[in-house]
Amino acid sequence: MVLEVRKPRPLWEILFSTHHTDIGLLYIIFSITLFFLGGALAISIRTELFLPGAQLFDDSNTFHRVFTVHGTTMLFLWVIPFAAGIGNYLIPIMVRYKDMAWPKLNAVAFWMLPVGAALVWLGFADTGWTAYPPYSILRAPGPAAEMWIFGLKILGISSILGAINFVVTILRMKHPDLPMMKLPLFTWAILSTSLILLMSMPTFTAALIMLYTDRLGVSGFFNPAMGGDPIAYQHLFWFTFHPEVYVFVIPAIGVIYEIIPKFSRKPIFSYTSGITAFILLTIVSFASWAHHMFATGMSFSEKTVFMIGTLAAVPASAMHIFNWIATMWGGRIRFRAPIAFVVGGIILFFLAGAGGVVNSAMPLDFLTHDSYWVVGHMHLFLMGIITFAFVGFIFYLFPLITGRMYNERAAMVQFWLMFIGVSLVFITQHLLGLYGMPRRVFDYVPVEPLITMNQISTVGAYILLVAMGIFLFNLIKSAGWGKPANMEDPFGIQEKYYDYRRREPHH
Amino acid sequence: MGHGTLEWVYVGVVVAVLIYIGADAWNVERFLDDAPEEAEVVKVTGQQWFWTFEHEDGRRELGELHLVKDVPYRFEVTSLDVIHSFNTPDFATMIDAVPGRINSIWYVPDQAGEFLIQCREYCGFSHYQMRAKLFVEEPPGGAEQGAQVTNASATTTNDLIPPLGAAAVAS
Ligand code: HEM
Ligand SMILES: [Cu+2]
Ligand SMILES: [Cu+2]
Repeated sequence: MVLEVRKPRPLWEILFSTHHTDIGLLYIIFSITLFFLGGALAISIRTELFLPGAQLFDDSNTFHRVFTVHGTTMLFLWVIPFAAGIGNYLIPIMVRYKDMAWPKLNAVAFWMLPVGAALVWLGFADTGWTAYPPYSILRAPGPAAEMWIFGLKILGISSILGAINFVVTILRMKHPDLPMMKLPLFTWAILSTSLILLMSMPTFTAALIMLYTDRLGVSGFFNPAMGGDPIAYQHLFWFTFHPEVYVFVIPAIGVIYEIIPKFSRKPIFSYTSGITAFILLTIVSFASWAHHMFATGMSFSEKTVFMIGTLAAVPASAMHIFNWIATMWGGRIRFRAPIAFVVGGIILFFLAGAGGVVNSAMPLDFLTHDSYWVVGHMHLFLMGIITFAFVGFIFYLFPLITGRMYNERAAMVQFWLMFIGVSLVFITQHLLGLYGMPRRVFDYVPVEPLITMNQISTVGAYILLVAMGIFLFNLIKSAGWGKPANMEDPFGIQEKYYDYRRREPHH
Repeated sequence: MGHGTLEWVYVGVVVAVLIYIGADAWNVERFLDDAPEEAEVVKVTGQQWFWTFEHEDGRRELGELHLVKDVPYRFEVTSLDVIHSFNTPDFATMIDAVPGRINSIWYVPDQAGEFLIQCREYCGFSHYQMRAKLFVEEPPGGAEQGAQVTNASATTTNDLIPPLGAAAVAS
């Protein structure tokens, strides 16, 4: 299981492998790389907004392309592939099977990613990651928009294939002696995620084809001039992507369940409540999609229904938070980097959830919708809990993958910089939204307090940049030259670590 | 308290808070959803990248909108090309301008002055400067015209956002 950096295998052996740990490694390296690339775009966005007026880009067009590719990259090329990567590493171990159910399908699902990524990055479309028509069908310049559509199509199919593989591996390949109710909560997380993905993603892949034929002019699903309705697209889009936000967050929740009990040296407070909350989230995630559309002119009763559906998702998330805190309560916590990131993530999760409740209260949504508030809200999730949990887990898996230890002090410095940075960037953006700053703008009215707040937000982004520099350096240096890890108990917490010896011959 | 009880109490509290928020939101929105009968209608049209306004008496304005203080207005909003969003931050109102549809929203401007109207849905090249100026004027000949009108719409949510107001328009 250990990737012997000291005794390396030829690269092609990893690239052409179908073994789950190799695919997992490819997913993880790919997603971290794209995370850094997407981060570079984010820095350029914040640099542009540091002062009013054009700063970095000559005109708004480049800026629009940058935020489109940034959003698409972070969601589809960082969060989803990283979750697939750790799932690949751990699910076969946790269900005690030799590999994923369909190793070749697994490799195919991975290798679709670079293709999709290339289309998105070479096209550099300007539609926004939501690609709302009629803009995306009538005005967005080609071939960038077409490349975005096909890129997303490929990424969508890749995640569907991955999800099928996970569901079958967990449900069918599980060791017969291992009952469902003994599987680690991480397995339940990946199972819920995969089920949500399977139920929601096909809708969007269909909508993408409709977008494409609309662009060709052979259909008019979303084109009002041809009798279509642009709002129909938004329903299809959010029917996929509201559930999808849980596809993003549930793996992070699963990761937190892996880390907290180990570093608190205490069993999970309530295993069954964790499972209940996963099942609840899987179901109610489908009941709230139109809360993204309150301002499109929905009727009062529609808005009411979707507000209730949205609020219904909150207790399940609250149960997870309760479970984590109760697990840590009274534990002998060993405060190493993995749990530091997790605790930071939980704090940001709480703030983000509170902001979400504000969004869902109908009258208040008209303040927050399409303003910078929403940008702050979604990033407290995506950068807050999700990225924090994932970075913590990268450190936790580091000995398993490399056989070496990362530098603990650098990781803690990175943690504090990230925590401060994220708070500065995204909490400030909530306020910017309340002051009326729309999202996706290249420039803003040069008045106070907009200028100062944008500057705070940008300074926060630069702090994140420093943190990411430390992260990258730590990863590379420690993978090559780090202290060899004690593989029985790399963190000195007297807790069982993953079985690193388990290595089947490569197919 | 055992495992179960503590958690049930906690979930109960969360649910109670959510029900309270939901009920309150429902109550406010119910009131905000329907414009008063006597509201004056202004037709608002968004296009890449400017706003036009048409008053009931046929007056048309481009990039500027003149309203009278304390009169309720209902805006019928649509678009001629892509989706825009008609947003007046100082009066806490926004509604999407969707081609092929007419959406409406209403408010009572309860302060005189200059305010900012902006587009809040990404609509392409000049989205960021798709703005218009809103001028709210004192009613001519005293306040008799709209004085008896409740201006609850503007005050319920308006306290929450700090005004950008004239400074933003001037720039
Ligand atoms: C407590 C649970 C949550 C609630 C109540 C909630 C509520 C909302 C609401 C009502 C909106 C629409 C805001 C608007 O556009 O006016 C929204 C937007 C958004 N939320 Fe959440 N949310 C929750 C959890 C999450 C999670 C877990 C994620 C991601 C992991 C997430 C990601 C997003 C994103 C990406 C958007 C913006 C989408 C866009 O317009 O581009 N939310 N949320
Ligand atoms: Cu949502
Ligand atoms: Cu716009």
